[in-house]
Amino acid sequence: MSGRQPCPVLSVHPTRALVDEGFAVMVEMLPPGFAVTLRALIHSEDNDFWEAYGHYVSDDTGCVKAAEHSSLGGSYDGVEPMGLLWSMKPVPGSRTGLRLRKKDVRTPLNVQILLYKGHMSDGFQDGNVLASVAVERWYLAPGVRRICTAENGLNGTLFLPPGPGPFPAVLDLWGGGGGLVEYRSALLASHGYASLSLEYMNPRIIGGTTQFVGNDYFEAAFNMLKDHPLVCAERIAVMGLSFGASVALGLTVNSPVVEPRCLVCVSASHIGPVKGSLSDVFAEISKNSNNTRYDEENRVIWRDLLLPIPDDPSKKTDVGRLKCPLLLIVGEDDQNWPASESAEDIKQMMERAGNSHLLTVLSYPDTGHLIEPPYSPHTRSSNFMSQQRAKGEIFFFYSFTKCSLHCYKNNLCSVHFVLFRMMKISPSVVLGLIFCNENTSLHRDIFS
Amino acid sequence: MALARARILAGPCRLNSAWLRGGQAPWRGVGTRVAMTECSCCPLLSVRPQRGLVDEKFRIVLRNLLPKQEVTLRSLHHSEDKDFWEAFGHYISDENGVINVVEDASVGGTYVGRKPMGLLWSMKPIPGSRSGLRLRKKDVFKPLVVTVSVYGGHVSKGFSEIKALATVVTERWYTAPGVQRVDIDEHEVKGTLFLPPGPGPFPGVLDLWGGGGGLVEYRAALLASHGYASLALEYLSPDRLDVKPSYFEKAYQVLQSHHLVAPDRMALLGLCLGACVTLTLVAHSKPQCCVSINGSHVLPVDQSIDQAFLHFNKNVDKMVTDKNNHIIGRNHILPISSDPAQKVAVGSIKCPVLLVVGEDDQSWATLESAEDMTEMMSKAGNDHLLTVLSYPGAGHLIEPPYTPHFRFSNFTFQGSNQKVVLLWGGHTEPHAHAQEDSWEKILLFLQQHLHKSQDFLHQAKL
Repeated sequence: MSGRQPCPVLSVHPTRALVDEGFAVMVEMLPPGFAVTLRALIHSEDNDFWEAYGHYVSDDTGCVKAAEHSSLGGSYDGVEPMGLLWSMKPVPGSRTGLRLRKKDVRTPLNVQILLYKGHMSDGFQDGNVLASVAVERWYLAPGVRRICTAENGLNGTLFLPPGPGPFPAVLDLWGGGGGLVEYRSALLASHGYASLSLEYMNPRIIGGTTQFVGNDYFEAAFNMLKDHPLVCAERIAVMGLSFGASVALGLTVNSPVVEPRCLVCVSASHIGPVKGSLSDVFAEISKNSNNTRYDEENRVIWRDLLLPIPDDPSKKTDVGRLKCPLLLIVGEDDQNWPASESAEDIKQMMERAGNSHLLTVLSYPDTGHLIEPPYSPHTRSSNFMSQQRAKGEIFFFYSFTKCSLHCYKNNLCSVHFVLFRMMKISPSVVLGLIFCNENTSLHRDIFS
Repeated sequence: MALARARILAGPCRLNSAWLRGGQAPWRGVGTRVAMTECSCCPLLSVRPQRGLVDEKFRIVLRNLLPKQEVTLRSLHHSEDKDFWEAFGHYISDENGVINVVEDASVGGTYVGRKPMGLLWSMKPIPGSRSGLRLRKKDVFKPLVVTVSVYGGHVSKGFSEIKALATVVTERWYTAPGVQRVDIDEHEVKGTLFLPPGPGPFPGVLDLWGGGGGLVEYRAALLASHGYASLALEYLSPDRLDVKPSYFEKAYQVLQSHHLVAPDRMALLGLCLGACVTLTLVAHSKPQCCVSINGSHVLPVDQSIDQAFLHFNKNVDKMVTDKNNHIIGRNHILPISSDPAQKVAVGSIKCPVLLVVGEDDQSWATLESAEDMTEMMSKAGNDHLLTVLSYPGAGHLIEPPYTPHFRFSNFTFQGSNQKVVLLWGGHTEPHAHAQEDSWEKILLFLQQHLHKSQDFLHQAKL
């Protein structure tokens, strides 16, 4: 009976989780000092394969614990409990310009976690797999209701948490890539918010002509939430990323209807014609199209289209008139939108106007444009089809997704604080919420 | 690569500023759209993980209550048999309006005290339900869905008539993602093989249930979720009562010879009659280890299972019953015979044995059997292989953790169609502890003996 082949135990806890929850990957029953590779593999809805891997050596007890031990190499190094997710890249030989985005939120992202003998960096298909575990990462918690809404001509999806409500709500606006993107709203509903993902970039036939939606479209969406029997009418936030953030800012300041309790703007700019529809905004941006730059790999850099920051107040949203808290999330290496410069100008405008006590800016070095919910693979650049271009071009976003964890949880903390605030609960208690695991560096960051 | 740290810019409104530590938010008073008639949002109830295996713990936290607010947390499950099961605990929030079920004590309900999993293991059928119910999962590829709700005040009944303040839906799974099910019907062996995800080969476990018969899959599914190729064996059914010992030997071989099973990493695991079979089989099949839950070595060894059962069935009317007419089976094999022909020769067992004993087992004399086995093995000199886990207050049906306890339930003897109510014994809280503790130790025992690279024949004890 002696001399049996090693039969290591690979475990991942939990095997089913929300995409913003951590997991613990552990290997036991290895010989001590044994070299292994841990690898994560996803087969996406688009039929691409994404992978990440780390090189480990078991300790004296024959264990490898990703939460405590250092990866010595691979797609991530150091002590990175979630490195197997956030460092994922398309496998060699894949199509270029890929971006991993979940379309059908009713099913999970299926991730395989594999254990290989030795330190491997390629040739995994032929590699010696010692064990594997299947893991599900969900955007949708059990009981969350998904409702397609065609009310008032709105193209969106409403996600409602389980329970009697009423719930605080979020109007969720994505960026210029357009389409109906549901996953962030699904995740917000999984955290207790009635959340409406709104598609707004597709031109429509209105009054016999093809045009972009006007402010009335967004106002109707906001009112839909406000009038919903399961929504707390006074506790609605607007959250936007990229162009959606600019829209959110503009609406909040200028619209008499859109009056959110708070605003979260990720990778935003306040630059754009103040009294204009989407069509006017696009037209204005197009005027600067010769400011488009290309990097050494011919990828499009769009950040200069809005620069320099104008002094003319009619060319930027008057943030001095904001009456609700604003959380700005900024990637300092954003190559798509001048988020840092905009944030600085917003700060100055608000200081001059005397409402800067409403502003919080989280600014991340080495971070790009697409700051999304945590642990999803980051995309340095990806294919993009703008509404006005006939062919796709590759746009350079540069995103260092490890930062997404920090800022995403901060997003929710801030939104959560304002929306759930009642009877003077302590903000520090609110921040001790599910979004801030005390054992992570995130918590130390916030309370340092 | 270090985690990029946020630079917190702009204004006095920084995330690390004083208001985080309990001070006043600088925007208080601004945004006076907040009217006096502002709607109150529901309390924030979180259960993590929301999707877990049935043996995983969860953490329930309730926030956004008033300080010192009395609430009731209630769990509700609608079973496959269409019955409703519930549990509830009475709590009082702290000065911050928070309740943390892992740390705070329930002051009333179906469980009291600091009981993080009380909302599951203390479940009972709701008032007005049919009697003699037992909660058992049939379709293991669908989860047990449990809703957890919060109600204002300390409520003990009439939950369906009052409105919950908040609700969360949780799923409890017997199968981890990637576990596969293979129907087995070969060499007359019938059962279900559950395979873990991965390339294999995997350690194998032959999983044997008791005299209730049929094909019971959930424990084998859960074992597969922990990395064991596990065969739930059907050996008693209305059309199969003639079960010879050779049937179990064949089942063991079917499992051992499967191409995804490591033939030198095998275990037997049985409960009740299945535990008796386990002890009988171990000398013949030579697994690396075995687990016997509330079984006995007292079984006429020269008779087949069906003969033993016929004998049992003949004597049903002679069974002792309690004042509720529930059958108490434990006296059937008492006193333990000193005749070796009536008992399995446990003194010749050569692999580690884990005995799990519920000291309040009313169905089988497991405590007395365990004592007798210990004595026999001590005399034979192989008691270093024996580990006994003995739980005061626990009954007969020691199952995977956090499932409800039932002191008695409806039972049909296979082949007789006689419906009776059997007394299993045990009291809810100690029985729940026994399920949680024994399962953890069973998994550790299996891991120790089935995953190690060296020969552990002489190092049996946990």
